[in-house]
Amino acid sequence: MRKLNGTLITALTWVLVLLFFFPIAWMVFTSFKTEGAAASIPPTIFTALSFDQYGLVFDRGMGSYLINSLTASLSSTAIVLLLAIPAAYGLSIRPIKRVSDVLFFFISTRFLPAAASILPVFFILKALGALDNITAIGLLYAAMNLPIAVWMMRSFFNEVPKEIVEAAQIDGANLRTELVRVVLPILLPGIAAVALICFIFAWNEYFLATLLTTSIARTTPPFLASFVDGRGQFLAVLSAASTIAVLPVIIAGWVAQKQLVRGLAMGAVK
Amino acid sequence: MTTLTTAPTPAPAPPAMSRSHSAALSLRKKARQSRALVLPALFFSILMTQIPFLVTIYFSFLNWNQLRPSEIAFAGFQNYAVVFTGPDFFPSMMATVIITGSSVVLSLILGLFFAVLLDRKFMGQGLARTLMITPFLVMPAAAALIWKWSMLDVNVGMINVGLNLIGIPSIAWNTDFPVLTIIMMLTWQYTPFMMLILLAGLQSQSREVLEAASVDGAGPLRTFQWMTLPHLRQYIEIATLLGSIMLLQAFDPIAIMTKGTGGTKTLSYLLYERAFIGLDVGQAAAFGVVTVIVTIVVATLALRTLFKVFMNGGDR
Repeated sequence: MRKLNGTLITALTWVLVLLFFFPIAWMVFTSFKTEGAAASIPPTIFTALSFDQYGLVFDRGMGSYLINSLTASLSSTAIVLLLAIPAAYGLSIRPIKRVSDVLFFFISTRFLPAAASILPVFFILKALGALDNITAIGLLYAAMNLPIAVWMMRSFFNEVPKEIVEAAQIDGANLRTELVRVVLPILLPGIAAVALICFIFAWNEYFLATLLTTSIARTTPPFLASFVDGRGQFLAVLSAASTIAVLPVIIAGWVAQKQLVRGLAMGAVK
Repeated sequence: MTTLTTAPTPAPAPPAMSRSHSAALSLRKKARQSRALVLPALFFSILMTQIPFLVTIYFSFLNWNQLRPSEIAFAGFQNYAVVFTGPDFFPSMMATVIITGSSVVLSLILGLFFAVLLDRKFMGQGLARTLMITPFLVMPAAAALIWKWSMLDVNVGMINVGLNLIGIPSIAWNTDFPVLTIIMMLTWQYTPFMMLILLAGLQSQSREVLEAASVDGAGPLRTFQWMTLPHLRQYIEIATLLGSIMLLQAFDPIAIMTKGTGGTKTLSYLLYERAFIGLDVGQAAAFGVVTVIVTIVVATLALRTLFKVFMNGGDR
């Protein structure tokens, strides 16, 4: 009886999980169909599959938008790491006096809605001639991700055994050597996790991208949103474009599941 | 690393200097170094988020429509008067509360449910968990498009196809039930987030205690109510607060699926509309400032709690 119950719960779990995953699976499946097959009712399951839609997506110029997304995501992540690693060091291993005030400040900027700053940012960029500029987008994304990165990084730094740092200091290592030689290697997995989460948030960002870019610096999310106008048949090609857009992040997220949890909870969860 | 166990030796000091003086000096030097590590991040953050906010406050006192750029003038509190007496603000606040509140509650309940299911040992547990977190990773813009056209479309949407199978006619989700559509979409995206945090909470429970409870004859339901739920409290708080903050700023599905129609015009969408479609900068800025004040008022208490939870966990 107990065993039967267990089997039932397992079956229920799987049915629910698959239901939840269904939209994504269906998107990938549809991307291999022809437009006709994608729009047919009842939906076709057994139909010729091909990569044609993917060719079409790139013919419509998705390549350059992907490159913009990649540039903004990578550069913002690099800036974030450059600022957050030292900051977390100064908030954890060699704490400054008002650690909690500084942490509170960082977290509060994360809670300030983008609405609070979008207008000045828009006009400042306009005045500087930096609208539709991927460097500007990269800087803004860095600001957006910095609080999470500092918090998360600090939680990783907190776990470096104090003895190791002390030993290095006693050995006469100066600050730089201490940071680079001793602490950094222990932290590499944590840093990778922070980088990944910053990358994901930057890659997926839509609000700033849609307002501050038009063509040259346009990233993937606003490109996708303007991809269909609702006329004609477009389900298959839309599915293909969406699949390309979401795939890198999904794979990265799958690989780094454990660290993802901590990052998303800003280090509050082990 | 040969000196692991010895006591710290003071830095070599010139003989003329007293021991304590040199120690204080090196302490001060250390403090300066620590500050130098934190300051760049702090400055960057202030420059990119706080200064623009101050400028937003300034804008909110201007009479500035982009259609008439030559007529920029000081407007006093006129824009704020428009915000509070105009027909848009309070409905928009209601929309924000309804959409954020329902999505948080629903994704929390579903997230807890899935966390409990996935905490069991079963065939393919790892794979199920992996599939389950995916909706949160999907680019929100792509998710909104796929839901709009591939899942909820009146003619070819799979949800409607499913409903037809059990004899229910197709529903025009986007136009007839826009609020429900947005809540559904957001719940789908945020359930995995809630689940991940709650699952981490479940897995941090001590097995021995649970086993002891079971030996003492406590049924699974009672164990859950009296031991698991209290243990999860802190995780539920974190999940709720972080989820609320992210959901409060949700913009993508509204811009893509409903364009603010039918009660989905949240504060962030309203501001966008005022500024970038209505081109009224002063008024949009006033909306922005009010939005921030509302958020701060609501969030301050919440943030305090959150902060306490954070600082209790993982502090040196």
